[in-house]
Amino acid sequence: MTNFTINGARQSFEGDPETPLLWYLRDVQGMTGTKFGCGQALCGACTVHVDGIAVRSCQTALGDIDGRAITTIEGLSPDGTHPLQVAWRELNVPQCGYCQGGQIMQAASLLKQTPSPTDQDIDDAMSGNICRCGTYPRIRAAIKHAAGRA
Amino acid sequence: MNAIIPSVFSHPTNVSRRSVLLGLTAGTFVLASGLPTAVQAQAAKKYGGDAMPGGLKDDPRIFLAIADDGTTTLLCNRAEMGQGVRTSFAMIVADELEADWSRMKVEQAPGDEDRFGSQDTDGSRSVRQHFAALRRIGAAARQMLEAEAADRWKVPAAEVAAVNHEIVHAASGRRLGFGALAQGAAARPVPDRSALVFKDPAKFRFIGHDDVRLVDGFDITTGRARYGIDARPEGLAFAVIARPPVYAGKVASYDAAEALKVPGVLKVVPIEPTPIPSAFEPVGGLGVVAENTFAAIKGRSKLKITWNDGPNGSYASPEYRKMLEAHARAPGKVVRNDGNVDAAAKTAAKRVEAEYYIPHLAQAPMEPPSGTVRVTADAVEVWCSVQAPQAAKRNLAKRFGLPLEKVTIHNALLGGGFGRKSKPDYVSEAAILSKAMNGRPVKVTFTREDDLHNGFLHTVSMERLEAGLDGAGKPVSWLHRTVAPSIASIFGPDPKHEAPFELSMGAVDVPFAIPNLRVENPEADAHTRIGWFRSVSNIPHAFAIQSFAAELAAAVGRDPKDYLLELIGPARRIDPASMSDGWVYGEDPARYPYDTGRLRGVIEAAATAAQWGRKMEPGHGLGLAAHHSFVSYTAVVAEVAVDPKGALTIPRVDIAFDCGPIVNPERVRAQLEGAVVQGVSLATLGEISFKAGRVEQSNFDTYQVTRIDAAPREIRVHLMPNGDFNMPLGGAGEPGVPPVAPALTNAIFAATGKRIRSLPIRDQLA
Repeated sequence: MTNFTINGARQSFEGDPETPLLWYLRDVQGMTGTKFGCGQALCGACTVHVDGIAVRSCQTALGDIDGRAITTIEGLSPDGTHPLQVAWRELNVPQCGYCQGGQIMQAASLLKQTPSPTDQDIDDAMSGNICRCGTYPRIRAAIKHAAGRA
Repeated sequence: MNAIIPSVFSHPTNVSRRSVLLGLTAGTFVLASGLPTAVQAQAAKKYGGDAMPGGLKDDPRIFLAIADDGTTTLLCNRAEMGQGVRTSFAMIVADELEADWSRMKVEQAPGDEDRFGSQDTDGSRSVRQHFAALRRIGAAARQMLEAEAADRWKVPAAEVAAVNHEIVHAASGRRLGFGALAQGAAARPVPDRSALVFKDPAKFRFIGHDDVRLVDGFDITTGRARYGIDARPEGLAFAVIARPPVYAGKVASYDAAEALKVPGVLKVVPIEPTPIPSAFEPVGGLGVVAENTFAAIKGRSKLKITWNDGPNGSYASPEYRKMLEAHARAPGKVVRNDGNVDAAAKTAAKRVEAEYYIPHLAQAPMEPPSGTVRVTADAVEVWCSVQAPQAAKRNLAKRFGLPLEKVTIHNALLGGGFGRKSKPDYVSEAAILSKAMNGRPVKVTFTREDDLHNGFLHTVSMERLEAGLDGAGKPVSWLHRTVAPSIASIFGPDPKHEAPFELSMGAVDVPFAIPNLRVENPEADAHTRIGWFRSVSNIPHAFAIQSFAAELAAAVGRDPKDYLLELIGPARRIDPASMSDGWVYGEDPARYPYDTGRLRGVIEAAATAAQWGRKMEPGHGLGLAAHHSFVSYTAVVAEVAVDPKGALTIPRVDIAFDCGPIVNPERVRAQLEGAVVQGVSLATLGEISFKAGRVEQSNFDTYQVTRIDAAPREIRVHLMPNGDFNMPLGGAGEPGVPPVAPALTNAIFAATGKRIRSLPIRDQLA
């Protein structure tokens, strides 16, 4: 049995320990804010925080998160007002929006560690997150917009 | 329960459920049939939205609901895939309705073209073709509210006016909110189209304004937004499918014993392949249904399958390319013929020829194809994200022998479409599996590998160009051979030739002032499913023509911008038919002539903004390309930098755009920014290739797409100002893409002297 928290709520899981956190969140918990994009940690759509650090939930086995605190996009801020969420809305960053939860979770982890990131910092932190709509210029601008307020 | 609001996608507060609807009291939207809606003019030939299946609908009672508290809900009949249609449609209706933006809500209409009009969301058509109908919806509802208030106050209707969600009688100072009037207004007749009074565009508060927030912005940024893949009807089972790796292949034999031992796997279901051409229907294979997606994927990996590859088992990209080359070097079907190219070429002082190759591409939307379906004895219910809900509905009705109204299509947000989701094969697959599960709802999810291996790919093409130049360097002859398998091959016997709509995407509609111009289209067989990819055949045609124009300029030592403008010639309006273009994106050629003045305008705008001709640092170069598509005009100037090791960076792209009057400039900018990134992606990295009939790429490690670090650091969008809303609108979603690749390769030539004629660029600069 694995015990962990999701957005502060205690959970336990007894099934296949290889089950990726992604599919547990989506199919078992019905928390669909975390998205499937590649299943191979290549696109970042499934990014969540484990103990505050951005990870790819598609490559995070439930057997490996015993005692950990998971945060998903639904739990990043109780009212959706994390500075990145606000910046994302002020700059109308999303197009289809599908990857944006993962982008925001990745960016939140970046700002936690590097409150005023340079362009190079943004490239390094965000290049694992694909957006096929091509919102990258606005993602970059929104991270800078939110920097210092996160 | 409101029949048409998809419950699994509804937010906790379903505004529509407590709405008073224009037309009826709470609960249902009324049917259009039999209502005194404006009669559509019977033209001899229909164009635009009127010519689309389902046509245009403009009865406000179908689309609008106003609740007692004034909350106004618009049913958006077009699919939202990031182009911003839900926001832009709400802006149009809110403006004519004179609504308070903060009280506007948008819900997604179910798939039902008889009720909602054309829902085929592709071709950059939504705002372009629905703008006038949406204005009529807003204006008619406003006039019904005004008439209701005037009656209550017993004053002439002319004395009342809508002002920001209220009807106001200025003379007496009386005012009533939309919510208080909605029920009475709903019972009133819908004004005839001829009686509608539209807002003066100078008074628009939303249309043409740049400051409107996305209606889905909060939900998207908080993880609340629901896409097709997020559907969760009661009792849901989860499935993936092992599909034939080769187009038209079949399962020869299989052993499911190990798969069925995986905990959570419920059933392995053989799916019959649809006979070729299979259109949007399944290619067959083995469905693995499980209690969750992971178990389904794991179960599928344990299947032992022997495939019969069939006739396409030898499809290999290098050999196919050689065939395309050979065909491009021999005469083919003539599809445009001005003057006498062969005779003129003999008189040329100089001859230039070049061939351009553009490989298959996969749309690879971030939300892979996914459909959820429940099939019961007398009804089918679908939760999905498709660009073509009407196709999904028709296909399921036919498959199960049901009338159309027994198939309910709940269309959620699309996590990207780019043409892939115009083909709802995944919905049919889920229906087959639900039926096999005795009516349990089943969700089919494409893994990324499935998406790349079993897609509907962008065509692959060879474009050969030959020009004869006179002593002054001016072309006297132009020959273009375009060779590419056609999208039409998925619908009928392989035509081996591009369809008229593909040829009219930049191949025949060449606006150059060259007296002898011939376009030929030699044969090419299809060996995989060919489908739409954002901007479609404009990609290869624009790449070839805009590269070649720059090559001609270089051949005679001219500035490529000056030379391109000379090729285009003076500002004039060209009848598309005179260029053998009988399609014009489905629009009326009289309203949408090819206006070379507008093409020249975007070239000048992009060049000026990019400071064309400025002195560049070593290794830097500027490249220009311009293209007309989806009845809009686009020019791109790209600045590239190539370091001594051949690494390419793109410091800046300027894109100038003329789509006529603009409803939502903020989203048009976003579309163009995105088009630049997608154009960069396909130009630098995009390639799907085949070996032994199988796609060689499997995921984003091998099918690479542009990421933030390689995207242009700066994208500057320049919209041509146009406040004349009587002018026809152009498309905005796709036309940004085609000129990006040739602008980049032209810039690389300027920077390095190296001419890229084969995409992707990848490591050709090393």
